[in-house]
Amino acid sequence: MKQQVPAIDGWFTDDAEGPRLIGSRGVETGSYFFPRALAVSANPAAPTERREDVLLSRRGTVWSFTTNHYQPPEPYMSPDPFEPYSVLAVELAEEQMVVLGQLAAGVDPSTLTIGMEVELVFEPLFEDDDYAYMTWRWRPV
Amino acid sequence: MTAPEIAILGVGMHPWGKWGRNFVEYGVVAARAALDDAGVEWHDIQFVSGADTMRNGYPGYVSGATFAQALGWQGAQVASSYAACASGATALSAARAQILAGLCDVALVVGADTTPKGFLAPNKGERGDDPDWLRFRLLGATNPTYFALYARRRMELHGATQRDFAKVKVKNARHGLHNPYARYRKEVSEADVMASPVVSEPLRLLDICATSDGAAALVVSSMEFARSRAAGKPVRVAAISTVTPRYPNTVIEMPNFSTDSGAGAALPELSFRDSIAAKAYEEAGMGPDDLDLAEVYDLSTALELDWYENIGLCKPGEAEKLLNDGDTTIGGRVPVNASGGLACFGEAVPAQALAQVCEIAWHLRAQAGDRQVEGARVGLTVNQGLFGHGSSVILTV
Repeated sequence: MKQQVPAIDGWFTDDAEGPRLIGSRGVETGSYFFPRALAVSANPAAPTERREDVLLSRRGTVWSFTTNHYQPPEPYMSPDPFEPYSVLAVELAEEQMVVLGQLAAGVDPSTLTIGMEVELVFEPLFEDDDYAYMTWRWRPV
Repeated sequence: MTAPEIAILGVGMHPWGKWGRNFVEYGVVAARAALDDAGVEWHDIQFVSGADTMRNGYPGYVSGATFAQALGWQGAQVASSYAACASGATALSAARAQILAGLCDVALVVGADTTPKGFLAPNKGERGDDPDWLRFRLLGATNPTYFALYARRRMELHGATQRDFAKVKVKNARHGLHNPYARYRKEVSEADVMASPVVSEPLRLLDICATSDGAAALVVSSMEFARSRAAGKPVRVAAISTVTPRYPNTVIEMPNFSTDSGAGAALPELSFRDSIAAKAYEEAGMGPDDLDLAEVYDLSTALELDWYENIGLCKPGEAEKLLNDGDTTIGGRVPVNASGGLACFGEAVPAQALAQVCEIAWHLRAQAGDRQVEGARVGLTVNQGLFGHGSSVILTV
């Protein structure tokens, strides 16, 4: 079995309780942010508030979803031959935010519905000769 | 607060297509057409405002100067703007600010693009801190992926069907049939759309706009300059909106991995997409009932339906009825995308918002030929791009 390395550092953890996305939370407003590294947003009521790292909810509900039937351009690392894949937008209740992720391998996308409960899993996104590059995905509960 | 107006003296375009030539060539063609249309000489232009392209190297990042050089340096002041799909409107806004500040009388606004084949892709290189690069690497989240998420959501919330989406394409294809600047000029049937391959479910190939080469240009001036030059009443810019979202923006947007969190702040009164046209209405002192036509950014057929609601043509959930009743077809209450829209053009990013303005201007001057919206006096454009950009322009005559 190939050694597993994250496809991107610092976005998720794979501890004993299962994989979790690592976000941050503003200590004054309670706003959540993901991913931490890109500093994508700030709450204008407290733009300089300190942020603490938090593990985001492992479960959420499907806000919307799609299956892509055409191979995307690089830097997507496509299997050869290309295989269709699904992308889910998942609403996290406590964080009141929607987070994207691919659908877990082996799940039939025709079974997906909006509002369905899903949970985070940890799977290889692509592999080379030495490593499996791991990412987060969503799987129906 | 209503904004002071400027005049549109001239409009010009280079036909959309996949011509494979340098974007500067297209821009020069459009600029010369706008100058001819305005009856203004190039050496009389005091300010050149370029809308940038990200896909054509350094000349694309300094498009104002690139076009000025290609037209022949004559000493005009210059600016270049990039705001994704809203770039053209931002370049127009820069020209308006110069004119309204009294710093110049007459300006040239130009946007042009040459696009690669296939999906719009991020710039090359390993860029692990760029969300636009990472969304392709980690998710394979192409632009149609996001369009499809919205479309599926619309089906769930409002009962839209893939047949409704197909009908948008049928309408726009018919509108653009005789538009000499459109790339696709062919009738399309519902069956054609339904038979086209699925790209990102529930959207098919004919639901999604292509990427195109093209260019559009405007000559704009102070109202005083316009009165001194032209007979008759010129088309006027009554509003330009280039608003950013308000926190928290809880709709997933390109190229982001997540929305803002609603946990630490009250939701804004208007969604981002609603706020784009709302700002333009406020500046113009007008509302949706004043519109005779609109050009909206139909990146997908489903998105056109969302826009009907975002610009206030109907309430949420009523867009399918508006479409099916023929209200947004030429001859209907408020025709949408009389040009044929992105469905007939494909997207030439920095030129597209300006092309929307050109189209409205032709209608207000009763020069739109076979696709003329009779008696049009007020028109609105609206679009949205990635990284929190959007724009809306209201023209009147």
